[in-house]
Amino acid sequence: MAVSRATMTTVDKTLIQAHQLNVHLGGNHVLEHIDFNLARGEIVTIVGPNGSGKSTFLRALIGAIRPTTGSVQQMPGLRVGYVPQRLHIDSTLPLTVRRFLKLPHAHEPKIIDDALARAGIAERGDASMTGLSGGQFQRALMARALLDKPDVLMLDEASQGLDQAGTADFYRQIEDIRNTLGCAVLMVSHDLHVVMRAADRVICLNQHICCQGHPEAVSVAPEYRALFGTEDEQALALFRHDLHHHPHDNRKKADMGQPHNEAS
Amino acid sequence: MFSDFMLRAALAGLGVVLAAAPLGCFVVWRRMAFFGAATAHAAVLGVALSLALSISLFVGVLAVSLLMAVMVTLLSGRGYAMDTLLGVMAHASLAFGLVAVSFITDVRIDLMAYLFGDILAVGNRDVIIIWGGSILVIALMMWRWPSLLLATVSDDLAYAEGFRPQREELILTVSLAIVVAVAIKVVGVLLIAALLIIPAATARPLSSTPEQMAIGAAAIGAVAVLGGLWGSWHLDTPTGPTIVCVSAILFALVNLLARQFTAKSVH
Repeated sequence: MAVSRATMTTVDKTLIQAHQLNVHLGGNHVLEHIDFNLARGEIVTIVGPNGSGKSTFLRALIGAIRPTTGSVQQMPGLRVGYVPQRLHIDSTLPLTVRRFLKLPHAHEPKIIDDALARAGIAERGDASMTGLSGGQFQRALMARALLDKPDVLMLDEASQGLDQAGTADFYRQIEDIRNTLGCAVLMVSHDLHVVMRAADRVICLNQHICCQGHPEAVSVAPEYRALFGTEDEQALALFRHDLHHHPHDNRKKADMGQPHNEAS
Repeated sequence: MFSDFMLRAALAGLGVVLAAAPLGCFVVWRRMAFFGAATAHAAVLGVALSLALSISLFVGVLAVSLLMAVMVTLLSGRGYAMDTLLGVMAHASLAFGLVAVSFITDVRIDLMAYLFGDILAVGNRDVIIIWGGSILVIALMMWRWPSLLLATVSDDLAYAEGFRPQREELILTVSLAIVVAVAIKVVGVLLIAALLIIPAATARPLSSTPEQMAIGAAAIGAVAVLGGLWGSWHLDTPTGPTIVCVSAILFALVNLLARQFTAKSVH
């Protein structure tokens, strides 16, 4: 019960709200009875096993998937910066990084240059999108998502393709972004210990919301333990004691059998 | 020596390739080549329909092509892979169309004209219809260009930013049906897809922006039309296929030269 007390009290600042959201895809119940709301300035992380509906949930929130029943409401005029799990651009489409950032509307060159510099890909502005490495591509997606100062930043496994230093850097950025833009951040991640450290609220999803609340409260919830076991104890210990580096935490994560690519 | 019918043929061909250029780019970028071919093949059924009902060929073909495109869109994602579904629909509608046309006894001789086009036989009215359809498609493309591009890069990004990618898809589908309807007299059912894909693919190595590729495709299409007319006049070959041959030769040349160029710049 410790988990539910962390539900939002700041209803007036709600940016996105889902009410009794159900999504059925091809006869499968992908999401069931989801009640959710996201307030300005919050960092919320969604964790859950493969196929638990995490990506589907984000896509339902942006309107890419129609709820079977229930509803999703966005604050009128809400600006969403969305970083998808994967994105394929056909190599027949001649599109430079700079142009990708300008889609669909033109921006001043200086704004684009600044965004590229912040993302650490300043020298790749005139490169073709299809010529980028996985990490650079991810940075370009992120730079574009932040370009219009979003109210909500949604990241679906956004650290994919980044090396370890890049990943750490990436999550460090999240808090900076929240603080400078004042936006909400909603992210899906497998990287449990980083996630736990950066989030204000964790939602544990497995078709339905198993439990949610402050990371520390969620980590001891029986529903969470049932899904993840206690194998990520180290990650949680790391979170609690706010340590910075631990050389063995990746081995433990691998034991959980969670590959980095997850399609759902 | 260029008489009226040659002038009309050139105008008709140019009208078609100008609209086919930007649309063809989207067909290539979105990997809809087979979708384009299927829509075109369905046009034979439209020919039969317009002959049977004695309505305008343009109207009959437009109606059936639209119906085909909408049906494929609705059926997709229901058990069969898109290319299987298109394969069934494209060839079934072609076969049914051919059978249906054969019932209308007095047009059997004209069938070749619908399959391969008869650009030298276009009348003034045809030219006006072709340019009307063509300008409509170009206007649609220009109006929706930024959101069409975004939806082509990613449906999800478009949704997240408040666009409706399904609407962009519908615009492409409708444009495709219009291009098929106006192109049938120029190159015929079997070669319409070539006019969409080949100029766009030829322009690709020469372009570094989407806009350059669309304009390049239009220029290459225009060269193919004029070259094809000239070639068929001198070689006494069927005009529609000659136009497609010229565009295919341009495709091969551009790719060879592009390869040569990149090879040189590496050394």
